[in-house]
Amino acid sequence: MGKLLLQDKDVIVPGEVIAEGMDYLPSFGTYREGDKILANKIGLLSIDGKVLKIISLAGRYLPKRNDVVIGKVIDILISGWRIDLNTAYSAVLPLQEASFDYIQKGADLSKIFALDEYIVGKITRVTSQNLIDFSTKGPGLRKLSSGRIIKVSSTKVPRIIGKQGSMVSMIKETTGCKVTVGQNGIIWIEGEPAQEILTIKTIRMIEENAHKVGLTDQVKKFLDKNKIPFTESTFKKNEERRAPAPKDKPFVRTESKNDSEPQKEKPFAASKKPVEKKEDSKTEEKGEQ
Amino acid sequence: MAYTKRLDGRKFDETRKIEAKTGVIKNADGSAFFKIGKTTAYAAVYGPKEHFPRSQQDPTKGVLRCNYNMMPFSGTGERVRPGPNRRAKEISMVTTNSLKAVVDLSDCPNAVVDVFIELPETDAGSRCAGICAASMALADAGIKMKDVVSAIACGIVDGSVVVDLDYLEEAHEGDVADIPLAMIPSTGEITLLQMDGKISRDELDEALKMTLEPLRKIAEIQRKALKERFK
Repeated sequence: MGKLLLQDKDVIVPGEVIAEGMDYLPSFGTYREGDKILANKIGLLSIDGKVLKIISLAGRYLPKRNDVVIGKVIDILISGWRIDLNTAYSAVLPLQEASFDYIQKGADLSKIFALDEYIVGKITRVTSQNLIDFSTKGPGLRKLSSGRIIKVSSTKVPRIIGKQGSMVSMIKETTGCKVTVGQNGIIWIEGEPAQEILTIKTIRMIEENAHKVGLTDQVKKFLDKNKIPFTESTFKKNEERRAPAPKDKPFVRTESKNDSEPQKEKPFAASKKPVEKKEDSKTEEKGEQ
Repeated sequence: MAYTKRLDGRKFDETRKIEAKTGVIKNADGSAFFKIGKTTAYAAVYGPKEHFPRSQQDPTKGVLRCNYNMMPFSGTGERVRPGPNRRAKEISMVTTNSLKAVVDLSDCPNAVVDVFIELPETDAGSRCAGICAASMALADAGIKMKDVVSAIACGIVDGSVVVDLDYLEEAHEGDVADIPLAMIPSTGEITLLQMDGKISRDELDEALKMTLEPLRKIAEIQRKALKERFK
């Protein structure tokens, strides 16, 4: 008869024996040695029926297909860009994955995405050698032109997003900031400077307490205590930001079309909301602790 | 005269006082502090990250790269010349090899995991303290590894088998043997075994047996320190 030596949600370190006997099955972060199951990562033990796995508490981001991440342009290639994703491997954003618009042959690629710019994108493919294909085609995927970027450990991202995005939407509502959380641990924040700082403080707090239970209540208390009331300018500034971008729009072809087709901008903006929800629901399973 | 009583009053199978802590270097992906007696080791882990020079990349798995360094003021009076030297290079190599046995980097081909071991104060047993700190730092960095590695020295001082020699014992007159030893606690496999001096086969057997208990204790301390961070 198999014997379980530890409990669900216990902090566990490499080499610890979790269970004895053949009744349990090792999954992510655990391995079998003889008739024992041991841990090979630091994290929280998660017991799902017979399956024993570990929810990582530390470690760098490893690229995964379909993850929405935030990356930085580090190089411009002959027909694409090289993107740093805060991991050991850089991604390639090919020209045809950059925009729905036609990009002319020989166009200056730095006009579309310049060096050091941050982009929200999606990982479309990861090979066995961890070569990454990246795409910015899709709803909600875009270039980030203002705001702040902060980095957190990628293992804390599910907690920051929360179940069905509950945590991040709570932060958004309280601070009025726009927040996009990349799975690779890069977070983009935009809003009033004071609110931005509050957002950062909140995220840092979540990061520190990511392994604890009842975090949502704790964060709620923290936000209630430190809440900064909205000023009129908060809304005004948000309005300003929503206004169409100035003439130096990066997409070469749209420039000429822009005036005749104002709708072009709209479906993009309108599709933003459901997308964020989609992203949240995707991380739902990951968000569970 | 035989060595019947240890200079600092310890029992023959007793280690010096051990302290351990993780998460001591905030910028690093993982870090640890390990102190045994007057020997202190800090270890910081960065990675997996892009591996340069490219010629050293391994397309089948990630590379583990350890660097052992004694700080200039870490000795007992004489300034230790900074920078890599023959001894530091050797210890870096044996440390890497002893940790390679547990670390699994097959998920990150062409990448590198850097381990920096710094010793602000040394009183013998520095490579063992370095290995203990480094294995804790690796676990703290979320690297996949089948176990931590625990290390301690054993040997003989003038005919007596002892565990965890300090500098005065290493420098004792008469026959002294100093054997640093690293082990994977869950399997009992030995990943480092070196020797300085002279020892008979029986004495070696006895010395190795004597280290088993202290090694298990060290493993306990390491695991406890790793968990402490998530209290």
